[in-house]
Amino acid sequence: MTETEIRQAIVDTLHQIAPEADPGQIREDENLREALDIDSFDFLNVLIGLHERLGVEIPEADYGQLTTLSTLVQYLSRKLAGASGKVS
Amino acid sequence: MPSLGADMTEGTLVQWNVKPGDSVKRGDIVAVVGTEKADIEVEVYETGIVEKLIAQPGDKLPVGTPLAMIFVEGERVVPAVPEAPPPKPTARMRASPMARKLAQEMGVDLSTIQGSGAGGVIERADVEKAVELTAKAKVPSETERITPAQAAVPSPPTVEAGMRHAIALAMARSNREIPHYYLSTQIDMSKALHWLEHFNQQRTIENRVLPAALLLKAVAGALVQVPELNGYWIEDQLKTSHEIHLGVAISLRRGGLMIPAILLAQQKSVEALMAALRDLITRARSGRLRRSEITEGTITVTNLGDLGVETVYGVIYPPQVALVGFGKIVERPWAEQGMLGVRPVLTATLAADHRATDGHQGAQFLQALDRLLQEPEKL
Repeated sequence: MTETEIRQAIVDTLHQIAPEADPGQIREDENLREALDIDSFDFLNVLIGLHERLGVEIPEADYGQLTTLSTLVQYLSRKLAGASGKVS
Repeated sequence: MPSLGADMTEGTLVQWNVKPGDSVKRGDIVAVVGTEKADIEVEVYETGIVEKLIAQPGDKLPVGTPLAMIFVEGERVVPAVPEAPPPKPTARMRASPMARKLAQEMGVDLSTIQGSGAGGVIERADVEKAVELTAKAKVPSETERITPAQAAVPSPPTVEAGMRHAIALAMARSNREIPHYYLSTQIDMSKALHWLEHFNQQRTIENRVLPAALLLKAVAGALVQVPELNGYWIEDQLKTSHEIHLGVAISLRRGGLMIPAILLAQQKSVEALMAALRDLITRARSGRLRRSEITEGTITVTNLGDLGVETVYGVIYPPQVALVGFGKIVERPWAEQGMLGVRPVLTATLAADHRATDGHQGAQFLQALDRLLQEPEKL
C-alpha cells in the first residue's frame, strides 16, 4: 500500500468521525485532535476505523506517537511494511 | 406528549414506530418526539395492544397530551400519557420526517406549505421549493439593503438555536435557584492508569477501556457511599435515588450538549460502562437517544480533560443536586511519605446544592472517589 493510499484511508476515516470538517485541509504537522476537535472517544474510533480498514494492530502504548497526519502516515506505513515483510 | 426535560412545554411527534393492533411491552420504543434539543425515542409505560394513534407525525403538542391509546389486558384502555390534560387543538401539519427536519433547519413554517404527497403530506421537495421561493422573495433591491440594525434581528430558529435556548433555560434556572458550593481534590492516578494499561493489553482495540469509563465506575461507587448527592431537590426537599443513573455531558459536533444518562450505573462493570458510554456518545451525536436516558439522570458527570482543562467548576442540572467534574490527567510533582516523585494527577471537582447537602458530605464523596481509584482492581 502506498503512502497516498494510506493517507486517503486516514482522511476517509477522519471524515466519518468528523463529517462537518474537511480533513483534506489539515496540514501535515497539525495536531489532528485539535484541528478536528476530536475527543478521546472519537480518537479511539479513528484508530478502530484504521484498524478495520488496514488490518493494523495499534497498541495503546503507541497512541501518543499518533498526533499528526504525518506521524500517523509514517507509523501506519512502518506497520504495513512490517506486516507484509512477515507474510513474504 | 412526555416531558423530556425540566423546561419542555411542548414537543413535535416525528414518527410512530407502531400501528393500531400492534402488541407493545413496557419499555418498547414506540415513537420519536422532536424537542428543541434533539429527536428523542420515546418508550411506552404500559404492556398491551395499541388501540389508537391519536397524534399524527408533524403534530406539535403540549406536554401531557395523550399520543395514543393502549389497551391493557384486564383493564380499560389507557392513554399513553395517563396524567394528560385535555389536548389543546393545534394545527395539524402532516409532513415526512425528512421534510420536518429540513423545515426546522431552514426555519420554514410547515403550516405555510401545501403538501404534494399522498393525502397532502408535505415532502422534502415541498420544503425545498418553499425555501427557494422565500430566498427569491427576500433578495433585497438596491434601495432595501439590510442595515446593521435590521441585521441584528434574530435569525430564524434552527436546531442549534433551539439547543442554545434549552441550555439557557436550564442553566439560568440552576444559577437562579441552586446555591452551589464547590470542592475539589487532586487524585494520584498512577495506580488506576497502570491497572487500566494492563487491563487494555489483554484486549483488542475495539474492547479497550478509556480512563473516562473507570472514572464513571468510581463515581458510582462513591455515590453508593454518599447517596445524598444522588437524587433531586423537589418540593423543597432532597429526594435521594436508590438507583444511580449517571448523566454524562456529551458535546455535540454541531455545538451544544446533551446529558443522557447511563442507567443503573452501579450495577455495571467497567467494561459495561465503557460500552454504554460509547453507545450513548454515538447515539447522542446521531440524535437517537431515548426518553429515559435524557430524563432520569440522578447526577451529572462532565469531563473536559480532552481539551486540556485541569479544573471544572460545573453548573448543576436541575433538579439534580450535584455535578462531578474531571479535568485533564497531568504529570505533577507529588510528595508522599517524605519522597518526591512525578505522578499522573487528576483534579476532581464537585459542584453541589447546599440546600441538599453540606460541604462535609461533599468532602466525604471526593474522599471516597480518591480511595476507590487507589484500588482500581476492586472497582
